[in-house]
Amino acid sequence: MEKLIAQRTISVNEEGYLTDFSQWTKEIGEGIAKEQDIAMTDRHWEVIDYIHDKFQKEEPLSIRGIKKSGVINIKEFYKLFPGGPLKKATMIAGIPKPKSCI
Amino acid sequence: MKHLVILGAGTSGTMMVNHLIGKLPKKEWKITIVDQYKTHYYQPGFLFLPFDIYTTQQVKKDGRKFIPKEANYIQKKIELILPKENLVKLEGGEELPYDILIVATGTNIAPDEIEGMDGPGWYKDIFDFYTYQGAKALRNKLREWEGGKLVVHITEMPIKCPIAPLEFVFLADSYFKNKGMRDSVDITFVTPLSGAFTKPKATKALHYLLEEKNITEITDFNIERVDYENKKIVDYADTEVEYDLLVTVPTNMGDALLERSEMGDELNHIPTNKATLQTLDHENIFAIGDATNLPTSKAGSVAHFEAEILTENILHYIKGEPLKEEFDGHANCFIETGNGKALLIDFNYTHEPVEGTFPFPGVGPLQLLKESRANHMGKMAFKWVYWNMLLKGTHIPFVSANMSTKGKHFEKMES
Repeated sequence: MEKLIAQRTISVNEEGYLTDFSQWTKEIGEGIAKEQDIAMTDRHWEVIDYIHDKFQKEEPLSIRGIKKSGVINIKEFYKLFPGGPLKKATMIAGIPKPKSCI
Repeated sequence: MKHLVILGAGTSGTMMVNHLIGKLPKKEWKITIVDQYKTHYYQPGFLFLPFDIYTTQQVKKDGRKFIPKEANYIQKKIELILPKENLVKLEGGEELPYDILIVATGTNIAPDEIEGMDGPGWYKDIFDFYTYQGAKALRNKLREWEGGKLVVHITEMPIKCPIAPLEFVFLADSYFKNKGMRDSVDITFVTPLSGAFTKPKATKALHYLLEEKNITEITDFNIERVDYENKKIVDYADTEVEYDLLVTVPTNMGDALLERSEMGDELNHIPTNKATLQTLDHENIFAIGDATNLPTSKAGSVAHFEAEILTENILHYIKGEPLKEEFDGHANCFIETGNGKALLIDFNYTHEPVEGTFPFPGVGPLQLLKESRANHMGKMAFKWVYWNMLLKGTHIPFVSANMSTKGKHFEKMES
């Protein structure tokens, strides 16, 4: 389905995740964050950078991986993205929801 | 004389030695299989042991019985794999040079990954049921437990047999009903996933089971620590769940051998080609079953399907032919739902479990994704199939290594 965010039309799935990463911009990330009641700070963007890096290397994301990343500890990760941090952070980053469900 | 070495004599290793012993020319190839333990466990039985449905005798046998006599069977601890030297080092200094290596060392629980889990409460009011010791200790605890808050918990994914924790709560519901004490037991299921089942369509279709059995579900719970003094589990968002009896599935990790040999990922599973089962780093090393990092369930049925394809690929490799990119992640699992009923699910890398009939399209007799007594009988019969057919590498009639889409109700194909 299509969605208007930050004055742009993007394609998302039924859960609100971008289906085409090439459509992503920082403004779109910011807009999605706002919908989740998250005001992005530099610290948030550091985490998003880490997530993009893992995505480009095709490495799976997990809470365990975040723990070992050296970028952020899990407590802070939860504070920055309250609720489901991995789910929210990936949505803001414009990449698919992590599949740890096997 | 060339040498093929199999590490691990669990479900996968035992199947592989039985497949290969008749297929590799005896004059050219010697086959060795190594495992430090004498006992072969029927791991699916660990689910039934705590509830006194199976006895200890029904879930273990002498491993030697299932290894063909023509194979060289070594019962020693494996110290190290040296892939560059094509060498395996065993305890006591013995060295095994190999031409082809198959790693089948499985996956184990690692309760020490979570603070407080394997502390003073371990096997007192905190139990696992993924090991023989844990399942047996839990059985003894349940026999005398007078009720309270039972919390069944998954630490992190991936885990072996991902559906087993849910089967555990269903069986617990039946167990306490039969004992006439269901009213004095609260059952809570706690998972790091967004739903009780690991696949979205199954979650939708089967959620009624939790409601029907009065089981509380807590999702998206990423455990930080076990507060064993105050008997509660705490997650990173500071959510707390109190327990009187905690049955947890600890982090699952591959064998420490793979960490020592620097061959594993962060969970000590070996990066493996998901279609050919060749390891990504070494062309003469293959991996099978729970030891791999494949994105499918860690389950005996998966290992069984993998074994058929890996056997073909070993033969291709020996002849210098290209490997078959054939493994599709096929899994086929019975799910116990309690009260003598079970479900059956059949899925692979790209297809979620859906409704339909199995193994004969349109006929069954087994119903996919629906509760029935026939499915339960299937699950119970599987113990016989395991000991008498599966381990010996006998093909299970009508069940192919690759998943069939026939007789199934797919809405759309997903990639």
